[in-house]
Amino acid sequence: MTNPMDNRQQFAWSSRALHWLMVALVLTMLFIGVVMVGSLLGYHRLVSIHRPLGIIILVLVLIRLVNRQLNPLPPFPTTMSPMERLAATSSERLMYVLMFALPLVGWGMLSAASYPIVLYGPLHLPPILPQNALLYAGLRKLHTILAFLLFFTFMAHLSAVLFHTLVVRDGLLGRMALWKTRPRDADSASGSSTPG
Amino acid sequence: MTSMPSPDSPPAALAGANRLARLAAVGVLVLAVGTGFAYAGGWFSPRKLTPARFIDTFEQINGVHPGFRRNHAKGVCVGGTFESNGQGTRLSKAVVFQPGKVPVVGRFALAGGMPYAADAVQTVRSMALRFSLPNGEEWRTGMNSIPVFAVNTPEAFREQLLAMAPDPKTGKPDPAKVKAFFTRHPESARAIQMIKAQPIAAGFDNSTFNGLNAFKLVDATGKSTAVRWSMIPMQPFAPSAAQPPQNDPNFLFDALVARVKQQPLQWRLVLTIGEPGDSTSDATIAWPADRERVDVGMLTINQIESEETSPVRAINFDPLVLPNGITGSDDPLLSARSAAYSQSFTRRIGEPKSPSAVTSSEMGE
Repeated sequence: MTNPMDNRQQFAWSSRALHWLMVALVLTMLFIGVVMVGSLLGYHRLVSIHRPLGIIILVLVLIRLVNRQLNPLPPFPTTMSPMERLAATSSERLMYVLMFALPLVGWGMLSAASYPIVLYGPLHLPPILPQNALLYAGLRKLHTILAFLLFFTFMAHLSAVLFHTLVVRDGLLGRMALWKTRPRDADSASGSSTPG
Repeated sequence: MTSMPSPDSPPAALAGANRLARLAAVGVLVLAVGTGFAYAGGWFSPRKLTPARFIDTFEQINGVHPGFRRNHAKGVCVGGTFESNGQGTRLSKAVVFQPGKVPVVGRFALAGGMPYAADAVQTVRSMALRFSLPNGEEWRTGMNSIPVFAVNTPEAFREQLLAMAPDPKTGKPDPAKVKAFFTRHPESARAIQMIKAQPIAAGFDNSTFNGLNAFKLVDATGKSTAVRWSMIPMQPFAPSAAQPPQNDPNFLFDALVARVKQQPLQWRLVLTIGEPGDSTSDATIAWPADRERVDVGMLTINQIESEETSPVRAINFDPLVLPNGITGSDDPLLSARSAAYSQSFTRRIGEPKSPSAVTSSEMGE
């Protein structure tokens, strides 16, 4: 088994920064999405934010994938069972796939509907798919389904982290904290890392 | 999390209660996020007017006609060019106002959600256009043959639809409901008076089409000007016949087809410049007649085809698809139109298509 000292290992600083930046952007995006489809008065303003924000997330996901190759992941804490580790790994991969696919499906669906893909002012993106009504109809549905799937996967991820942090109290959240964290194991008295 | 005391060894019962409390805290936090999302999605406000409920109202009144627009369902596709004379450049940096010619695809239609309704003189006529600009931008606009809009909010629009819906018993709107609507909406009563006072042109070709909603033009220095726009026909005005033909349910469209095949039809694009105090948020209010008007160019329509074979079925004439240099105003109808058109577009585009009332064979092809 892994030694308890592993618990003090945090993700690389770049991974932690990207993680929290994307938490903010993706949650904002999911909430904007669900509000705008139900709003007459706010629709246009929200769609105007939704489009460029989606493209920013697409770029960040690519940066994050490169970052993941450059910075090896810290091992799982000993408090996580093999089943939990499998669930964590697969839900993480699913979130990567969804964060990558959602902006692409959005971009593709606007292309298929032959909408201009305006980011800001005169700045717009080229279509990535030919105009095709049925393709638009399909991608539009897929966009909603994937968005809900991403929200539910996020909820599962949030539940698991909160459970470990608050109930199991293994300091799981500390691995992703923006600041340096001290290990929370039996040896916590001896292990103190200096901040910075 | 680092601020929490490290776990020591409390009595078993206390530890159990503590664990339960912490488990409950996790539940509450997760539930709060989920509830917030559901609230944002409107699942707790079943009466709020959403784009879906707005379009449902059209379907409730007109029935569902798969593949057709939920409003302005009966139409034809037209094509041509817009030639800018450069006069608009002092007001807007939009590429469309720079001197030169750009291709235009458009659609003439009649208001209402019935794709096979017989043409009627009193039915509001519309002209929708998509200007394709050389830098890849687009300008889409939908205009109507009325001087002002009958309502100034999406909620009033829906109320009006329901009030004017034919009573199943009489086949006509219930006068009591109509009266109640105008009592609740004096702005609509005033607008209807203006709409009724305007003489009706004989056809599409000599109708004036008005953008109705206000927009803002932005120039290169960032200065913004409130405008409303109109397409003024070069074809001379002639009033509609007192007795329209009884035997042709498409007499307005057929006349348009014949005219376009004879010679190109033309409209001048005229911007009306708003002054401080002119309402940009209320489409039921006309601006004073002495406002400056700027002729910015000429629309020429020289092609016409049935929409069933045309590109317009796959175009959503969203009035907020605008080039840089034109933006929406504070008129709440603009965002509502954008949202409702998108909803109608998404529904119809995935549905099987039926032939249009104005078929390819009527085009003499």
